[in-house]
Amino acid sequence: MVKALNLALLQEMERDPDVLILGEDVGVDGGVFRVTDDLQRKFGSQRVIDSPLAEAAIIGTAVGMALYGLKPVCEIQFSGFAFQCFHQIENHAARYRMRSQGRFHCQMVIRMPYGGGVRALEHHTESEEQFYAHVPGLKMVIPSGPRTARALLTSAIRDPDPVIFFESKALYHAAKEEIPEESESFPIGRAQVVREGRDLTLVAYGAMLRVAREAADVLQAEDGVETDVVDLLTIAPLDRETIVTSVGKTGRAVVIHEAPKSFGPGAEIAASIMEGTFLHLEAPVRRVTAHDVSFVGFAREKANVPDVARVVAAARETLAF
Amino acid sequence: MPRLILEPRFHVEYLSILDSEGNLDASLEPKLPPGDLKALYRAMVLGRRLDERMVRLQRQGRIGTFAPIKGQEASQMGSVFALRPTDWMVPSFRETAAMIWRGWPIEKILLFFAGYVEGGQPAPDQHDLPITIPVGTQLPHAVGLAYAAQYRGDDAVVMAYFGDGATSEGDFHEALNFAGVWHVPVVFICQNNQWAISVPLKKQTHSKTIAQKALAYGLPGIQVDGNDVLAVYVAAREAVERAHAGEGPTLIECVTYRLGVHTTADDPTKYRAQEEVAAWEQKDPLTRFRAHLEKKDLLEDGVEQRVDEEIAEAVRRFEATPPADPLAVFDHVYAEMPPHLRAQREDLARWLREGAAPGPAATPTPPGATPMRGQRLTRR
Ligand SMILES: Cc1ncc(C[n+]2csc(CCOP(=O)(O)OP(=O)(O)O)c2C)c(N)n1
Ligand SMILES: [Mg+2]
Repeated sequence: MVKALNLALLQEMERDPDVLILGEDVGVDGGVFRVTDDLQRKFGSQRVIDSPLAEAAIIGTAVGMALYGLKPVCEIQFSGFAFQCFHQIENHAARYRMRSQGRFHCQMVIRMPYGGGVRALEHHTESEEQFYAHVPGLKMVIPSGPRTARALLTSAIRDPDPVIFFESKALYHAAKEEIPEESESFPIGRAQVVREGRDLTLVAYGAMLRVAREAADVLQAEDGVETDVVDLLTIAPLDRETIVTSVGKTGRAVVIHEAPKSFGPGAEIAASIMEGTFLHLEAPVRRVTAHDVSFVGFAREKANVPDVARVVAAARETLAF
Repeated sequence: MPRLILEPRFHVEYLSILDSEGNLDASLEPKLPPGDLKALYRAMVLGRRLDERMVRLQRQGRIGTFAPIKGQEASQMGSVFALRPTDWMVPSFRETAAMIWRGWPIEKILLFFAGYVEGGQPAPDQHDLPITIPVGTQLPHAVGLAYAAQYRGDDAVVMAYFGDGATSEGDFHEALNFAGVWHVPVVFICQNNQWAISVPLKKQTHSKTIAQKALAYGLPGIQVDGNDVLAVYVAAREAVERAHAGEGPTLIECVTYRLGVHTTADDPTKYRAQEEVAAWEQKDPLTRFRAHLEKKDLLEDGVEQRVDEEIAEAVRRFEATPPADPLAVFDHVYAEMPPHLRAQREDLARWLREGAAPGPAATPTPPGATPMRGQRLTRR
């Protein structure tokens, strides 16, 4: 997935001279995960900027650049360090369009690695998408593999609104997929049904999509259950239509995410299902998520992050309801 | 209404006592008893050897990513040595040697880097905060601790550690400003190791020194040779004494070098030249202090070996740690576990016991509630 993201950045920078990259260690080092590898050599240090170590100033100056008409793509080294710039994101990036009544806007992307599964320390394993999904004016995108990553990053860079772009660390090197040479985009705000079935809907995104798909395989093989798997791709604005259509058909839904349960995306999805297709529901919507704890340490990560077995078990109870 | 230059009466001192060959400027030498000099050396050796051991443990997958201290032993030990146990120590994430000096058991540090949250728990009588990973964010805490100590009338000084990169964060500047305005007993120790991952100091700040940043906030700033443990100690002791005497905060910039990787996940060949590293290896803080002790005839035989034994013993204790109990993830979230967490804990326990799915049970529901049945438009 790292290569796919790098390709999207490369092609968008070739296409549009207003696109530039800003962040810690993004230049000479090519990013600590190598997503921006080689781009400084190709585009120079004016366009791929190794910033001083200050998230607030990275986002704050990017807001200024965006107000002027540039299209900065910022990298925050880990999503756990984005609280240092949350005020710039919430107070400003998300609001300039509204505050200036359309005169200014912030066309910018804020990329960051999120999520667990890489034996990392505190602030390097958490999932914080719910904070951004809750902020009006922001778009919140989480691709599930190389192809969606490349297509969605392309769309994010072209999107006139600020986009928070989460990249799963667990997928960076693990996920492999053929992607076309020519540029490809995918509309932000649209989910994708990646597997079709009539008995049950699994809703997931990011690294959890793989868990959902494997759970669907198990359910098919062991229970003969046919599953709709919805890859959310955009958390906000949420594609309620795709979710509601699927659950309207299957009557049963399990939502999976790595973020803690309470007030997480699963709650919004469950509420959307209730609002959109209550009378077709055969069972309560289930959530398989991390627990409501801030950090567990990687020695205990398995107990906290949803896995295939937990999803299958939740699906079976939903089916048996 | 003139336009004039305000004669700047500011200055930034630089201090060095032992040069890289171990030659001493005797006029500046601190009066440290032989026992202290030996203890300092031993702690530096321990820092170095543990670092090497931890790199191997990481390569073997027995611990996760960690930040080696190699090259920074003098900056850490010279400064922390000036503290009393009743003073406070606020680390960032690269202070292994100083943390051990402060009483953190080695196995606890290993546990921390092996992904056990238990590794972050200081002993009840320890005046130390756990490792802080978000760069610079611990500095306001140090100022708050110092304010509180002063408020209570306690004779305690707070020493806070951070890197050169941290001086770009807002928290650093805000902490120095508050410390200046409140005039609190805090000593800021910047380990300027020249690099913040791949970003060299000259891309981090346009200031000539980090020490001078203190002046803008009205506090003294001093730059010391951070590979000279005696110079660091003298500067730290003076700052601690000033703080104890109610003379307020100090910023100490220790000019040092990270001889190793940023963390075990880093590849420095991507961004810095081997010649630069080699030049700094010539200024190794351990070699120079060793040479000094040799001249003073204070070098004991077998220090390395005894330190290695201590490390091996700690590694054994670390490896004997039982597997992490998954249910402990719910401990220490709140003082008292709220109902929804208790429900999640029960869920997880049931799941681990019998493979029962986590689910609505995690949202406590009144008994007998049937949310849908009998009301649904059913097709099956
Ligand atoms: C707020 C924040 N941003 C980014 C990081 C990732 N990161 C960890 S260490 C580091 C560089 C720190 O440099 P410096 O302050 O000089 O300390 P050193 O690592 O050299 O000891 C970075 C960018 C972080 N831990 N916290
Ligand atoms: Mg540094």
